[in-house]
Amino acid sequence: MSIVATVAPADYTPPGIEEFWQPLFGTDGPLAITRPMLLMALSVILVAWWLLATTRKKAVLPGRGQMGTEAIYGIVRNGIAKDLIGSREFMRFVPLLFTLFVVILTNNFFGVIPPMSFPTMSRIGFPIALSLIVWVVFHVVGMKKHGFIGYWKSLVPSGLPKAMVPFIFFLELITDLFTRPVTLALRLFGNMFAGHILIVLFITGGWYMLTSGGVLVIAGGVTWIFAFVMTLFELLVEFLQAYVFTLLAALYIAGAVADEH
Amino acid sequence: MTGNIAILGYGLSAIGPGIGVGLIFAAYINGVARQPEARGMLQPIAFLGMAITEALAIFGIALAFVFKG
Repeated sequence: MSIVATVAPADYTPPGIEEFWQPLFGTDGPLAITRPMLLMALSVILVAWWLLATTRKKAVLPGRGQMGTEAIYGIVRNGIAKDLIGSREFMRFVPLLFTLFVVILTNNFFGVIPPMSFPTMSRIGFPIALSLIVWVVFHVVGMKKHGFIGYWKSLVPSGLPKAMVPFIFFLELITDLFTRPVTLALRLFGNMFAGHILIVLFITGGWYMLTSGGVLVIAGGVTWIFAFVMTLFELLVEFLQAYVFTLLAALYIAGAVADEH
Repeated sequence: MTGNIAILGYGLSAIGPGIGVGLIFAAYINGVARQPEARGMLQPIAFLGMAITEALAIFGIALAFVFKG
């Protein structure tokens, strides 16, 4: 510890939240056009182009592009929507779930693909917007299915002792109105935020150690190897979080349209 | 020694989810080893459980940055 302290001058500042505020155009205030905004727009263009290009000439014997798109579509349609919502009603939610999955996946992958190198979802506003959409959708379809009063009634499982009903209703109300959308947004945000800050820490820390000389050069090299490993791990996490977000959205919708609780 | 105790709080908040995620995947591996054809059914449950458990650690890191001051 003392060797490191004497060799290394203490001017290394670890990355913090200021790493995520990157205005590009306009003022440095709330009206600035920031890097994640640009990346979100780019992801929409990329996704639209990719989906149009691979599905314009639909063939019975699919080409490589169509095959990839169909595989991703298959994950969402069969692996998530059909399994969770049930084969009777799932089809009308597939467009929403597929859009969520593809947009989140593209934006997450931006976190490790070089020219972009910034996970859009590490700004809390983007996951909040997505989870608000899911929140409105699952409440509205639930109310359409059971009626306004019936929907709130369906929160409490039948066959409960009379005295327990208010408590359970209160708990379920908090879960439905508050916990679900907040955790949905925070989970995606937190994973992207923590993953990005970890990669930045490994790379800038490794760079600092490499340039400070002495024994630290070896440590810096090891740190960079770890940065590479963490980037690979981050790829897995990014896919997993897009999958989990879609899975939970489908689960909430399934809970709202289910016949019996 | 300087630093912030919020970061220590994050370390504490990661213990529980760490154990929880370990238990979930242990159960998942056990299940698949006993009945390999149940893999497709167990996989979403396992990842769902992981996501819900892991959320606590994620809240920990978010709050650590919030209370860093």
